[in-house]
Amino acid sequence: MLVAGIDIGSLTAKALILEDSKIRAYAIIPTGVDSEGTSKKVMNSALERAELSLEDLEYVVSTGYGRVIVPFANKNITEISCHAKGAVFLFPSVRTILDMGGQDCKAIRCDASGKVQNFAMNDKCAAGTGRFFEIIAETMELPLEELGGLSLEAMSAAKISSACVVFAKSEVLALLRKGVDKKNILAGINEAVALRVFALLNRVGIEKDFAITGGIAKNVGVVRKVEEKVGLKALIAEEPQIVGALGAALFAKEALEQV
Amino acid sequence: MIAHYGYADGSGEYYLIVDTDRCDGCGRCVEVCPNDILELAPDDYGKTVVRVKDEFVNSIGYICPACKRRDERCESVCEHAALSYTW
Repeated sequence: MLVAGIDIGSLTAKALILEDSKIRAYAIIPTGVDSEGTSKKVMNSALERAELSLEDLEYVVSTGYGRVIVPFANKNITEISCHAKGAVFLFPSVRTILDMGGQDCKAIRCDASGKVQNFAMNDKCAAGTGRFFEIIAETMELPLEELGGLSLEAMSAAKISSACVVFAKSEVLALLRKGVDKKNILAGINEAVALRVFALLNRVGIEKDFAITGGIAKNVGVVRKVEEKVGLKALIAEEPQIVGALGAALFAKEALEQV
Repeated sequence: MIAHYGYADGSGEYYLIVDTDRCDGCGRCVEVCPNDILELAPDDYGKTVVRVKDEFVNSIGYICPACKRRDERCESVCEHAALSYTW
């Protein structure tokens, strides 16, 4: 059985092809202004890696911010349900998921089958999102990929009073002017972000095991701070950005099996 | 499923909370909402339940607290206590 999940996020688009219960190939590309074009591009890229064509796929489920504009999808499902489904597939013991995406954060609690029990999201505020860290990286003139590692070398965390991206940026600039070590500033930012997402997680209630999905799961500094607050080790997929697309593909597989 | 629609910002937490296991999709809350922010739609598992329309999720804090003074509001007309809020 060949099915696919496609996750059109606010910053990146992901496509994943599932052969029975095995991941055959996936692709991740930046989401352009043309969402429909992006959906075709990312799907073609995954198909190429799998040496398949669109006609080989029996069912496609779309998810994410742009899920309704995928012309070749048979069905669309919210990213909340897809992240839960994908995370439980990878880590069957997971019951609480924090998805830290390009422009929003979601806290999800689910049952053993990956069905959502409780969710809360925040897409009004950019604190703790990919875009937030892109702006921090630009402001500090550091490569995005190095933020997490550097923050772990901090001697102490600088006090950042606002996790709002607009205010945080000016606070960072003020701290840099004062000569505060970049590492300490990064640790302070991670602390502020962790506090915010912890409040979101408490809305849905935390039950072990705990997983973090989305691009921010690659920032080891944020992950450590969130783990400190939650009091649990976070399970993180080898490629945390594709968990939503994986969940979508699993929904596609289910849809076929129901027929 | 407990669905939290809304957000938290510097001024507080604004969530309209739907317990979709309790909701039977009768639509009374949808009718009573003076701002037309609610709708009935199938969730990801196929059950038709009430939800907050996407375009209103990020403005709940400006719209909904005003209903606190009304006798008939989404949460008070629900016979199954499927709705609650945080303001």
